[in-house]
Amino acid sequence: MTPIISVQGLTKTYGNGFEALKGVDLDIKEGEILALLGPNGAGKTTLISIICGIVNPSGGKVLVDGHDVVKDFRRTRALIGLVPQELTTDQFETVWNTVSFSRGVYGYKPDPALIERVLKELSLWSKKDNMIRELSGGMKRRVLIAKALSHEPRVLFLDEPTAGVDVNLRREMWQVVEKLRESGVTIILTTHYIEEAEEIADRVGVINGGELLLLEDKKTLMKKLGRKQLRLELAEPMTSLPESLAGYNLALSEDGSALLHEYHGDEAQGTVPSLLNRLAQENIHFKDLSTRQSTLEDIFVALVGEKA
Amino acid sequence: MNFEAVKSIYTFEMARMRRTLLQSVISPVITTSLYFIVFGTAIGSRIQTVEGVSYGAFITPGLIMLTLLTQCIGNGSIGIYFPKFTGTIYEILSAPVAMTEILLGYVGAAASKGLIIGLIILATASFFVDIRIAHPFMMVVFLVLTAVTFSLFGFIIGVWARNFEQLNVVPMLIVPPLTFLGGSFYSINMLPPFWQTVSHFNPVLYLVSGFRWSFYEIADVNPGISLAMIGFFLLLCLSVLGWMFKTGYRLRS
Repeated sequence: MTPIISVQGLTKTYGNGFEALKGVDLDIKEGEILALLGPNGAGKTTLISIICGIVNPSGGKVLVDGHDVVKDFRRTRALIGLVPQELTTDQFETVWNTVSFSRGVYGYKPDPALIERVLKELSLWSKKDNMIRELSGGMKRRVLIAKALSHEPRVLFLDEPTAGVDVNLRREMWQVVEKLRESGVTIILTTHYIEEAEEIADRVGVINGGELLLLEDKKTLMKKLGRKQLRLELAEPMTSLPESLAGYNLALSEDGSALLHEYHGDEAQGTVPSLLNRLAQENIHFKDLSTRQSTLEDIFVALVGEKA
Repeated sequence: MNFEAVKSIYTFEMARMRRTLLQSVISPVITTSLYFIVFGTAIGSRIQTVEGVSYGAFITPGLIMLTLLTQCIGNGSIGIYFPKFTGTIYEILSAPVAMTEILLGYVGAAASKGLIIGLIILATASFFVDIRIAHPFMMVVFLVLTAVTFSLFGFIIGVWARNFEQLNVVPMLIVPPLTFLGGSFYSINMLPPFWQTVSHFNPVLYLVSGFRWSFYEIADVNPGISLAMIGFFLLLCLSVLGWMFKTGYRLRS
């Protein structure tokens, strides 16, 4: 299947000499939710801005549905909706007017029925005649989404959709994203909340220092890099590990009260059962056990830390 | 051509004018009326006529030009500067519109506002003095060309400006002295020869002179030269904009 968006060798150097992108290659599949993770200043917003046509690229190219974003901007931009990071709205406009304006700017004739549907889906219908400055932050964010959806795009970019948003609103935003995906819209979101990527993305890309460090199916990624840890709370603390357990990847907690066993979650014949058997043979008793799977956050920190 | 986009930007900008009626329409009308009272009545009663035209009527074209220039530059620059300032410009830049269409929307609206206000002032002036328009067609040509040219000039300032101070430098600090010294309130024939020569370096002189000629057939410079000067400035603005759009200057950089 041809990708809906294909980024090829994209570079961007700003006027002040800052190299925001250093040759990014990225294919985005139609219908997926792709999360781009990266610390502030990693190049996420620049990447999105170039795809959407806000910033001119310095080198490389971007194809949207096979069309070049610079030469064929009318076709590519018509396919894309963008929800920016900042809550940038015309404070003194009504919700209805600002969303209708967006549709017009994209070159479509007014369609009140469509705008009504979009506003209802985003629970903004009751606020349609309110000025935007009267709305709460979460509602303003939804107004921006409504604007981006006013021309029925096939691809939606959400730049940090939940930055500075409380837990409830974040959940609500995720539901909106899920609904959009069900309607077939491809969604690319940037975030620095790992939890967000973990919760809703199909694939995860990690950007840092203007480079795409990794792009992987979320589940594969978690499996591949996901380390697990088994923690056994000992009945009686130890001062050192017994010789007989040397074969296992074991460590003793600082106070000697627990055994820690690191293993990979994807190992077919896990080491855990044999370790437990061995402990029984050795008469080492434990009073509790817990396992912990590393999160995307651990993966992310390890990856970004490595390169930094 | 994305007509819907041009229409949307145009109507959006015009709607802002309706919302800020007091500031954008009433205030220039009041200011101009004050000019008529102070210059026309107080000073005009001592000057009587300039080249056969009553003083109040003589200054009318200059007053319209003064307001037209300030309004067009102001509206043309704020139209594009404000979205840049608030960040809403992202939407216009990511929409399938060419820069020329964006320009048409914003400059069209700024020029329309300028023209509306210019005509309101003309109507207001007719309450104070006897206005005679010898060449109505040419009057409209001068008015429209000036409105479009200076709205384009305003747009350039709006793209260039990085803060409100820069935005206001031209309409507040450069336009008024040029207009006052460009023969709005006097004929440059009344000046000593040296200052007459200096005045010819003032672009506003050509606008005021040509515009006044369309009213009373009196001019400080040949109306043909006036027209050519406006045309020249129009082309200059268009070339600068062409370069700005090509390079993405301060919009897409």
